[in-house]
Amino acid sequence: MEKALFLILAAVCAVAALNVVLQRNPLYSALSLIATLCSLAAIFITLQAQFIAAIQVVVYAGAIMVLFVFVIMLLNVTTAERTIDRHRYLKFLAIPFAGLLITEVFYVITRFPQAQMPTGAIGTTESIGVYLFNQYLLPFEVTSILILMAMVGAMVLARREEKGK
Amino acid sequence: MTEFIIISLIKIAVVFFILLTVIAYLSIFERKILGWIQMRPGPNRVGPWGLLQPLADGIKFLFKEDLVPAAVDKVTFILAPMVAMIPALMTYAVIPFGSEIELFGRTIPLHITSINVGLLYVFALTSIGVYGIVLAGWSSNNKYSLLGGLRSSAQMISYELALALSIVGVLLQAGTLDLQQIVANQAGTFKIAGIPVLPRWHIFWFQPLGFIIFLVSANAELNRIPFDLPEAEAELVAGYHTEYSSMKFAMFYMAEYANMITASAIATTLFLGGWRGPFVDQVPILSVIYFTLKVCIFIFFFIWLRGTMPRFRYDQLMNLGWRVLLPLAFLNIFISATISLFVS
Repeated sequence: MEKALFLILAAVCAVAALNVVLQRNPLYSALSLIATLCSLAAIFITLQAQFIAAIQVVVYAGAIMVLFVFVIMLLNVTTAERTIDRHRYLKFLAIPFAGLLITEVFYVITRFPQAQMPTGAIGTTESIGVYLFNQYLLPFEVTSILILMAMVGAMVLARREEKGK
Repeated sequence: MTEFIIISLIKIAVVFFILLTVIAYLSIFERKILGWIQMRPGPNRVGPWGLLQPLADGIKFLFKEDLVPAAVDKVTFILAPMVAMIPALMTYAVIPFGSEIELFGRTIPLHITSINVGLLYVFALTSIGVYGIVLAGWSSNNKYSLLGGLRSSAQMISYELALALSIVGVLLQAGTLDLQQIVANQAGTFKIAGIPVLPRWHIFWFQPLGFIIFLVSANAELNRIPFDLPEAEAELVAGYHTEYSSMKFAMFYMAEYANMITASAIATTLFLGGWRGPFVDQVPILSVIYFTLKVCIFIFFFIWLRGTMPRFRYDQLMNLGWRVLLPLAFLNIFISATISLFVS
């Protein structure tokens, strides 16, 4: 039952992710990315990480992607035109590198056939809160300062247009 | 396992059916109450007291021509009402409608499900619902729709912050995100000399500020007056749903009412004790009645606001969201945390 659920969700996720790169219209790519994120959130739920799933939808699919969609709509990014011929050789590099990636993934998967779920509740609100404020307090605070820096930077960059204040 | 699935399916069917009926009749009640506020009777031609008006509206929506303008982006144009409607209906999976009832020897709790991140689930769905409006505004290939859609989504994501932060006070007090447990936390009454004076609801202790912030933010989330600039008839034709007709427009309409009922239900659950009330343990069916009454209070409040207040200008709206409600919500969290620390 869980396997069937995982297969369906993984298929949706993979198809949506493929659609992100195969679509010509950037808005459709963004929508496919949202579909990918939502199916990822569903996979998190099958792994008993409900908090992470909800936060994934709220933050990533609900806030960050809204920003992407705004930018695409406001900047009127048109459908991708043919790229410059200078980079045509990249197409031929793609296949060997993809092969390399798939080989690495298979190697890792076959080396650890019995991956086990960590015992206990890992992805629930309480456990994340406990870890975040006890063991990982420094990264947490540093991340918040990082976000503050990003906000201040964005505000400074946006304000620079109106000099003379 | 199959028993669980069958019971859940029955619950879903019942809730769905009741919800769609309530949404339909909410439209007539809104028009009636607005009419009374404006000293006129409201719709009263169709059926006794106008009660068959939703039926007439439904038939009208079904028979209208479903126009898809030639220059729209067809995929998103058809997708947008679905993206608006589906999250609005999905939120009812976690709302506790009542305590438990005994049917055929089984104790059936009166909620479709109880997940341990219930409140975050509701917020996740509200965040997804923003996309319906953004996509509708953009795909219509119409400058009024685009402006309306962008204004609306900017407003909604701004007030989502204040909304979520106003809830954090309740979370600090209840210690859980599960809506059933939050209702359970509001049991009992405050007693003075043995006489119950006030029910132990969150609105009385210690969340009155959170309650006010939640109500204002919910109003803005729902795009209702005084925050309905995205649908401002006088300025934007009809905002993001200008180009929609027939069933797609009806879906936007229904999604707005469904969101209104959700916001009222969440406000009831978080601040007004959910289905709690006197004699609820002895007569479980009273819990549903109490819940319905409390939700009706909030719905009436939203309609009353619509009939009474003028519309906010866009910069006033943004100012209120970012510079008034957000700091107040932080203040509320600070106060709640302090009181939580000293009380328990």
